[in-house]
Amino acid sequence: MNNPPTETASSGEFSNILKNRLHYMLSEIGDAVSLLGETIYQIFRRPFQLNLLIKQLLLIGFNSLSVVLVSGFFTGMVLGVQGYVQLKPYAVEGSVAQFVSVSVVKELGPMITAFVLSGRIGASITAELSTMKVTEQIDALEVMGTNPVKYLVVPRFLACSIMLPTLTIFSTFAGIFGGFVAVVSLFGFNGYFYVLEVQKHLFVGSVLISLIKATSFGMAIAAVGCYKGFSISTAGGAEGVGIATTGSAVVSLITILVLDFVLNHILFNILGMI
Amino acid sequence: MISVRDVRKTFGDNTVLNGLDLEIPRGETLIIMGRSGCGKSVLLKVIAGLLAVDTGEVWIDGTEITTLKKKPLNQIRRKIGMLFQSAALFDSMSVAENIAFMLDQHTDLSEQDMRKIVEEKLKLVDLDGVQDLRPAQLSGGMRKRVGLARALAFNPEIILYDEPTTGLDPVTCTEINELIRDLNQQLKVTSIVVTHDMHSAFSVGTLMVMLHEGKQIAYGTPEEIINEDHPILQQFVLFGAPNQILNIDDPTLKEFTGRNDNGF
Repeated sequence: MNNPPTETASSGEFSNILKNRLHYMLSEIGDAVSLLGETIYQIFRRPFQLNLLIKQLLLIGFNSLSVVLVSGFFTGMVLGVQGYVQLKPYAVEGSVAQFVSVSVVKELGPMITAFVLSGRIGASITAELSTMKVTEQIDALEVMGTNPVKYLVVPRFLACSIMLPTLTIFSTFAGIFGGFVAVVSLFGFNGYFYVLEVQKHLFVGSVLISLIKATSFGMAIAAVGCYKGFSISTAGGAEGVGIATTGSAVVSLITILVLDFVLNHILFNILGMI
Repeated sequence: MISVRDVRKTFGDNTVLNGLDLEIPRGETLIIMGRSGCGKSVLLKVIAGLLAVDTGEVWIDGTEITTLKKKPLNQIRRKIGMLFQSAALFDSMSVAENIAFMLDQHTDLSEQDMRKIVEEKLKLVDLDGVQDLRPAQLSGGMRKRVGLARALAFNPEIILYDEPTTGLDPVTCTEINELIRDLNQQLKVTSIVVTHDMHSAFSVGTLMVMLHEGKQIAYGTPEEIINEDHPILQQFVLFGAPNQILNIDDPTLKEFTGRNDNGF
């Protein structure tokens, strides 16, 4: 006899939890969008502190180059092996160069680079900014009349937006080269034919798609990393920094996947790019 | 002159400042006392414009700052120097870069001029030869001194101290107290010091305010505060103030506070 009221209570509780979660999620999205808006506004406001941007470009670009090259190279090798093995039964293994280059340029190049940078740079941005928040360094910036968004977020946002497409170009070349090494060394594929096939199927439109995706991923990684770093409360302490950093890596990975789908839909279905 | 008028600030269901009124005349050193969580640091952050109030007004030299936009607020902030509880030095910069930060951001001074100012401010806080060290290489007391040098870099008219002696050994505490007192006398600035260290409070304060449940329950000179009969204030001051201020020779007082002649 006691069961029905309990059920009513728990369903009420459940709806309350759901309402709170939804409210929290919406307010987080609102805050993130507001930070993004403030960042874009501050990009165009003086003073332009080039030294801060250059520092971030070096930190993000130079330090990530080796890991991006290695990731791209092995992704290309895997694609080369898989492509050759899958295409051979249909006697179209000659298309393996097209398969590797198109996949790497349009999809895997920007995606792998974004994944590597979201773990490496996005998480490090969050850890750095959230540590600054809990140690009151961001408050100190504000008291000294310096806008923290302008000083901390803008250089990271711009550096990610510039370096992600740049690194994507490197990872794409590494991927195509990885495919070349795999099929030539493992299956005795004709190297000259591979290069010719790549040239034949590599269009300016494909490269453009790659760069549009990479720039969007770069913006997303920086926006998520900075937002997660700024959103921690001063009382969060070391535990808060850890939670924010993990959260940042997870959210940026999901954001990249969702963004990739949205961009694919817009670029291929709506705009009809190839 | 700083004026806090009917300020309310809540965090969720927790009301931290509950209609607080406070006047700080120019050139005075006001000590804000109160138990942990009574809103002392929140009040300091409200005065620095770091936290928005729910209702009420904060006036600094005739300007109401709670409604100001970022740009004019930043102009007001240039009059303010703040020493944070943890010193809040920028980890990624050297001591010299920390102190010169505001000069670098808001002036066109040459490297050489900034270097001179850095040396001058370090001398003011009795430090030398640490310009090129990183904050991580400094002791707690040195970090506070560097934090203070950074707060002084732009020649502020108002200095806010958030628990300047917390976490320091007694000798360093005394040194920091002396430093604050000397600076206030030398520079003739208005200072607000948040502390629950009564030794520090009585050694540097010219005015004192006691906060309780988001409101002030006592305000006056150190002598007036000692003679206030509010039970919460008495408890707070009796257990914390130094012997020479309380006249601990009184046997009843000695028994009540449980102290010996050395003040322990």
